Amino acid sequence: MRTLLRRALLAGIAAVLPMAAHAATEIRIMWYNDGNEGEVARDLLNRFEAANPDIKVVLDQVPYKMITENLPQLVSSGQAPDIARITDLGGQADQYLDLGPLLKDRAYWEKNFAAVLPWTRPAGNTTGIFGLMTQLTVTMPIVNETLFQQAGIPLPGPKATWQEWAIAAKAVAQKTGAPIPIAMDRSGHRMAGPAISMGAKFFDGDTPALVDDGFKVMTKLLYDWHRDGTMSKQIWGSVGGTAYRGANEEFANGQVVLYFSGNWQFPQFAKTIGDGFDWHGVNNPCGPAACTGMPGGAALVAYKSTKHPAEAARVLDYLASEPVYAEFHARTLFLTAHAGLAAKGIAYKADMPQVRKSLEAAAANVLALSPVAYKLQGYARNRILFNALTVRLNQAIAGEMSLDDAWGRMTSDVADGLKAAGVK
Amino acid sequence: MITTLARLIDAPFDALQRRFGAARMPYVFVAPNLLVFGIFVAAPMILNVWYAITGGTQFMPADRPYVGASNFAELLDCTNHFIPATCKQDRFWRAVANTSWFVAFQVIGLVAISLLTALILNRRMPWRGFFRAVFFYPVLLSPVVVALIWKWILQPDGVLNAIVVGSGGARVPFLLDPGWAFSWTIVVSIWAHMGFYTLILLAGLQAIPADLYEAAEMDGTPHVRVFWRITLPLLMPNMLVVLVLALIRAVQSFDEIFVLTGGGPGTATQYIVQYIYETAFANQTHILGLAATASMLVGGVLLVLTLLQLAASARARGEAGR
Repeated sequence: MRTLLRRALLAGIAAVLPMAAHAATEIRIMWYNDGNEGEVARDLLNRFEAANPDIKVVLDQVPYKMITENLPQLVSSGQAPDIARITDLGGQADQYLDLGPLLKDRAYWEKNFAAVLPWTRPAGNTTGIFGLMTQLTVTMPIVNETLFQQAGIPLPGPKATWQEWAIAAKAVAQKTGAPIPIAMDRSGHRMAGPAISMGAKFFDGDTPALVDDGFKVMTKLLYDWHRDGTMSKQIWGSVGGTAYRGANEEFANGQVVLYFSGNWQFPQFAKTIGDGFDWHGVNNPCGPAACTGMPGGAALVAYKSTKHPAEAARVLDYLASEPVYAEFHARTLFLTAHAGLAAKGIAYKADMPQVRKSLEAAAANVLALSPVAYKLQGYARNRILFNALTVRLNQAIAGEMSLDDAWGRMTSDVADGLKAAGVK
Repeated sequence: MITTLARLIDAPFDALQRRFGAARMPYVFVAPNLLVFGIFVAAPMILNVWYAITGGTQFMPADRPYVGASNFAELLDCTNHFIPATCKQDRFWRAVANTSWFVAFQVIGLVAISLLTALILNRRMPWRGFFRAVFFYPVLLSPVVVALIWKWILQPDGVLNAIVVGSGGARVPFLLDPGWAFSWTIVVSIWAHMGFYTLILLAGLQAIPADLYEAAEMDGTPHVRVFWRITLPLLMPNMLVVLVLALIRAVQSFDEIFVLTGGGPGTATQYIVQYIYETAFANQTHILGLAATASMLVGGVLLVLTLLQLAASARARGEAGR
């Protein structure tokens, strides 16, 4: 009996050992979704796993809030996932893994992602490769053209100013009964582009300086629009603190004439609105200094704490490879950060004229981006500026303080934030 | 069978008693509880004190530089503490002011409504069991669900506005006007929690001997006098428990209000716990020291309030015993 048991045990061990020897290395990616990109990424990664049986990629799809609020804690406490999809690109850059030495073809990355590589680099680093942009975004307006047609008012032209758009949107809302002429996501990042168009510089040399004359012009406009009904308090006024509030649902319900958000909304609107009404992106409204939005996007970064840096780099190398990268963007309708693909053009899988028109407008808006917008986006501590803007402007809109006081508080909040972050 | 089971249970305790001696056995019994308390209560409290006296944005305690009382000085730096705009950390003082008003209205409203409900549910009436369950039901709901239900009711296109507009009125900005939003956070909070306090008061009412009411009835005592002279004095121990619990809970209010209003409009419904949460976690720069200091100040205030109420409770018991 004892011999039998021993043989069974040995047979069991013998069966398990080869499996253990070939057990795949697990790479975990913390991933959030704007649209269908999680589904597309999973499909692409399934192909990677089939070709690389030694690596298993787990895609942990989480709410966006987890990326902005919980991930930084995990990273700080050494519990980071191997890879994460982030939007605060430089926020924890000192914790990112330099992929450069691990990549198959470093030159390919340097050539095609040159413009965006600095966005994920830690301060002082000018050569490392720390992230792969999965999506390039540009903030821009999306209009409900059906409402313009119903009102018999033509769409303002491509060089129309913010003030001209406001007058037109308000007139359309009055004629059609749409409750919200203009809606803007409640986010400092969203406000930054229009402020730059009005002449805001956001920096004094290399020192962050939020409040200047251009900035005051745009914040005053937003403040006034909330008072005269051009903008509804439903978006900026309905929550407090730094909380993000989008107006995508209101727009999809046909309640908004002009919605200032960004190109990442296209896949969602293609699904939720479809051709329920005629919607599409348009050129960014102009100010005296520019007609710009803000660039941005999401990037995949690997963390220094990963136990499998080589495997993490292999996964990112695969996702960055031209055919895979092109397919990802074609299926997700994202703008590409890959210079080569941008030059060739991506064959987007979009049949709807609304989406095609929107993608064309987004491409035009990328070309019109101001250098100030790029500089602000590349600044690792930009959220300190954005948060101060959101919180204090919101207080002014809610009637808790004057706009003058709000500007004063924004300046001191930025100074406090930078001091706490150890920025001299 | 039972003897075998008893022996099985006895065996490890016999071994422990032989090892530590009978006099130390009480400590052995409380050790597991103390361990859990130590890990989940005492250690975080000590850590909180460390965060409060250290600065920077680093998460690991060892990486944080010692700054002494500067976080306290920063929070308390005000020209006039009653005017938040004159304070360096004005949002903290706005949150303190909002919380104070919220606590005052919410606790008074909660205790009054819970008492009234308990008095009604204590009477003989048809469907009494059903109504008790109905009033307790919101307590079983997750705070997020509570907030989403009320958001659905109160938003500009919500159920309540549909009724208002349907009746010929104009749309009311229930969550967009600071005054309205503040009032609704009180209503929602009372609605969500009153079932629990009603239950405590109901238990107290049922413990009052029925013969006291019978005697009062035979004497022809008016109902109002019965309430003030019999019900309320004998319910006082339960009322104090309700008051202490409601007060602590009101100061800690966060979840359902955060989902309902996000602290807005402006900072009209931003209460102290939200300030702590946002300072520590929601901003890009995680100012953990300031957040920890704010929680210590709130903890201190809660401790004082609880001690005051316990003293009042002891005095009330002493007077009742005389």
